[in-house]
Amino acid sequence: MTLSRPQAMAHFDMAIPHAATSLKQLKENGTKVVGYYCMFAPQEVALAAGAQPVALCATKEEPIADGEKTLPRNFCPLIKSSYGFAVTDKCPFFLHSDLIVGETTCDGKKKMFELMAKFKPVHVMNLPQGYAAEEDKAYWLAAVEKLKKYLETSLDVEITDAKLAAAIKERNAERRLIQELADLTKHDPVPLSGQDMLKVLWAHNFVFDRQEFAAQVRELVGELKEQAARGEGALPKGAKRIVVTGVPTGIGAEKVLKIIEDCGAAVVYIENCSGMKQFVTLVDEDKPALAAIADKYLGTHCSCMSPNPRRMELVAEVARDWRADGVVDVVWQGCHTYNVEGRVLKDYLRDNGNVPYLQIETDYSQGDVEQIKTRVQAFLEMMG
Amino acid sequence: MAAEQEIVAGVDAGSTAIKVTLFDGTAMANYLEPAGWNPRETATVLLSKAAGLRGVKAGGLARVYGTGYGRVGLGFLAKAVTEITCHARGAAYMAPEARTVIDIGGQDVKAIRIDGAGRVRDFVMNDKCAAGTGRFLQVMAGALGMDLGTMAALPADGDACPINAMCTVFAESEVIGLLNRGTPRETIVAGLYKSIAGRVAAMAARITPCPPVVLTGGVALHQALHKALENELGLKVTIPGEAVFAGSIGAALLAWEDLRRKGE
Ligand code: SF4
Ligand code: SF4
Repeated sequence: MTLSRPQAMAHFDMAIPHAATSLKQLKENGTKVVGYYCMFAPQEVALAAGAQPVALCATKEEPIADGEKTLPRNFCPLIKSSYGFAVTDKCPFFLHSDLIVGETTCDGKKKMFELMAKFKPVHVMNLPQGYAAEEDKAYWLAAVEKLKKYLETSLDVEITDAKLAAAIKERNAERRLIQELADLTKHDPVPLSGQDMLKVLWAHNFVFDRQEFAAQVRELVGELKEQAARGEGALPKGAKRIVVTGVPTGIGAEKVLKIIEDCGAAVVYIENCSGMKQFVTLVDEDKPALAAIADKYLGTHCSCMSPNPRRMELVAEVARDWRADGVVDVVWQGCHTYNVEGRVLKDYLRDNGNVPYLQIETDYSQGDVEQIKTRVQAFLEMMG
Repeated sequence: MAAEQEIVAGVDAGSTAIKVTLFDGTAMANYLEPAGWNPRETATVLLSKAAGLRGVKAGGLARVYGTGYGRVGLGFLAKAVTEITCHARGAAYMAPEARTVIDIGGQDVKAIRIDGAGRVRDFVMNDKCAAGTGRFLQVMAGALGMDLGTMAALPADGDACPINAMCTVFAESEVIGLLNRGTPRETIVAGLYKSIAGRVAAMAARITPCPPVVLTGGVALHQALHKALENELGLKVTIPGEAVFAGSIGAALLAWEDLRRKGE
């Protein structure tokens, strides 16, 4: 059987190399740039302010040493890398950001924002600890309203309901499109590798022309549908099917995804924040705009929420619908919330569908690749 | 063809020793050689020697499966299987009633839950660090001025002084400090065993070990560590006679199974 890679992937191969230049052009044309680090940041509010939201969450090992000059070494690599990039001005996206929107998610990140605020305009949104209670929802709505006012003042614009509604429409359309794309990986053989899926979702942050991005994804979806109809896959039919969950694993930090696919299994769904997390729910278009936005974002099933039942339910559901043979939970060293939650998830998956579970605790370095390979291989061997 | 006795082999290329198991469906034989500076060469020579004792050339073996840390470097393997799968199979062969396998090897520690057929149900391995492994013991033996064999034979099941450092480097300085204060070596070794056992038990808790538990790997030779591990786990731990060979036995059994399946 020949394995195939869709031609449309060429767009996404080029997206990141092109991104810095296109952002610079945007800036030169007067567009303001709002940098954010997390899936709780309501992108529609920035869009409605006429600004370009850009995800800054760092995935490279190189700036970690600079991060460690200020931050404790036992912090998660994502925070150290993000801070290292920021403090040395080595990341063009950070450099071009007029302001940063942060949230009080995990301890490491919220304290990092305090340090970052010394050299960059940073607005930190206060996040409640849960997403279910009415008082938590009210608390978060107030934070979103505050963000709106902050952006209006600092960017000197008016954020109208009409602009919010338009931004919601645009982002919802993208979410539906990405959902359609993700649905295609339910096929066996899987028509798109997990690493390529990651690339597409990563490009979502770095293609600034939304029409162009949507057209590229539509082209890819079309091609994948044909491929699936012909029974062609990116990995062989019958490859073990893995759902990846846990911490963000963006391009540059996709080590574990690569190992899984190098071992011959297919990553059929990336549940984390570099994957599908932001795309699985829509903003309710029938509700008052700001409240609907607040609702959607607060529902982000991140481990910093306590408790976080939605993640358990969702992972089990995805494992069932994508016919997963196992779930691999990636945890960055120093990330306590995902680490502890691994225990909860493991038990939940055992009781709901009896899905095999493997936790991989690692960092951005390549030193443990062989050790991880052994674990992943043993996990695959265990499935028979 | 059927008249000729088919023999398969399992090679466990560990970080400190190479183990080879030959199996013909009934008779099993095990061989061991320190890995040395060229483990690949050691493995090749040991395999030929073992095969020679059965009157065949290494190339005449029906199937050779490999496992262990160095498995990727062995060019002559029909298949490489992870230590986890192999240790599970090997341990279940030696102790068919076993439900949990704890393996303390030269570089890593693993705890495996298995079913009656020796299939892996769940497992956990230590992280990058050497604490609790054979390597850790080797460094400590060095600090105590003895070799591993002497350490293993030491009656270290009495008083244990607490060893707090978990990192190999810090634990070494701690041990030197204790020696300087005149702490008896037995007490220090007992302390080291206790700290290793505690760490292994904490790791194993992640897979909820259930009895019977078997201990495999070279470190199983340390009698007092065995007792410390039973204390920390709160479970009886048995050590099969050929504990060091669990990996190569498992690999040989898997090779044999695949050979039979192919033959059908
Ligand atoms: S994992 Fe949590 S804190 Fe990290 S980006 Fe996602 S939502 Fe934000
Ligand atoms: S991976 Fe964990 S510790 Fe790191 S930023 Fe995300 S939630 Fe915080």
